[in-house]
Amino acid sequence: MIGWIRELGARTTAGVEALGRIVVFGALIVRAIFLRPSRIRFVLAAIFDSGVLSLALICASGATVGFVLGLQLYNTLSRFGAEESLGTAVGLSLIRELGPVLTGLLVTGRAGSATTAEIGSMKATEQLDGLRMMAIDPIHFVVMPRAVALSIAMPLLSAIFVLFGIFGAYLIGVEMLGLDSGSYVSSLENSVEFRDDVLQSLVKSVVFGMLLGLIATWRGYSCEPHAKGVSRATTSTVVTASVCILLADYTLTALWGV
Amino acid sequence: MQSSNAMRDLAVGIFALLGLLAIGYLTLQIGGVSLRPSEGIVMFATFDDIGGLSSRSPVRIAGVKVGRVEAIELDDDLRARVRMLLDQGLELSVDTAAAIRTSGLLGDQFIALEPGAEDELLGNGDVFSFTESAWNVDALVGAVVHGSADDDEKDD
Repeated sequence: MIGWIRELGARTTAGVEALGRIVVFGALIVRAIFLRPSRIRFVLAAIFDSGVLSLALICASGATVGFVLGLQLYNTLSRFGAEESLGTAVGLSLIRELGPVLTGLLVTGRAGSATTAEIGSMKATEQLDGLRMMAIDPIHFVVMPRAVALSIAMPLLSAIFVLFGIFGAYLIGVEMLGLDSGSYVSSLENSVEFRDDVLQSLVKSVVFGMLLGLIATWRGYSCEPHAKGVSRATTSTVVTASVCILLADYTLTALWGV
Repeated sequence: MQSSNAMRDLAVGIFALLGLLAIGYLTLQIGGVSLRPSEGIVMFATFDDIGGLSSRSPVRIAGVKVGRVEAIELDDDLRARVRMLLDQGLELSVDTAAAIRTSGLLGDQFIALEPGAEDELLGNGDVFSFTESAWNVDALVGAVVHGSADDDEKDD
């Protein structure tokens, strides 16, 4: 009995300690943003890797999600004779939820895992230690640019995803199923608010980007320095970041109070 | 090396531009935020029941969109006071009526303006004196079930 309770205590302590390490790591990243020399070129390179190279995936997924939404919602709405509201349904679901969340999950799989694997293999091959030997802070040199790049790329990708989704649903609803183009666009524009919908979408995607940046770089930075460890860290990034994004999405939606 | 860097920077620049354009489009066009102070004439109307009317709902004359609802608030008599922004240059006579209508059976609600016959015109900030509230589905069903709306009110 005592042993069981002691085990529980040890696990709790370990959990709190891990959380504390991540918070300290996050604070170090934020501090590194303001350190000289500014690593703006590294940030650009990392935005290229995580943002530009994800663009094709995001556009294709956004358009496909739009197609599906258009088809499904049109069929359901037309049962109630409310297919005029297709724009409202598509716009609100994409802008508020699907855009930020699906972009978050896709970027986690596409760029978050790559970030962890990259930093992890740098650690496994002792490149991070090599940087420290030359008095270069690996957090400033390697970690910060990648974390910042994910935070910047996420809202941009999410907005592009939403636009492609709206366009995809337009193609299905208007061009294929014969809905009036004016009623699609006007029901979309009449029901979407800036503060409740567009701002919520932006805030969500920025938060998801920061979460992913923190988790992906932390998992790489703290992985066990061998092949197995890198692979475990990569898997763990995808799982942890996905769950965190979904939880954060629920929390933000509830806090927004809409 | 230099040229590949330049290509990469260009790609990042195009990506950032695309993303910002997308955010801008969502904010300005779809979200309906205008950078300029909104031009047009502001008018008010007071209703007993606005039903499902919300801000940004359209205002129409004969089905043509001429403005939108800017804000809805309760006035001192606990009636709904609707603030509308109408197109510049719209000439409405003082006996113009404002009614809340629904597009289709379940569609969005909007304000329909019915121009009157007086020569005198309404100006910026004026109030529509004739209004007609939203149709309440409950009242309609009650009217059908009990034969007429008057009977329904007596039951209450």
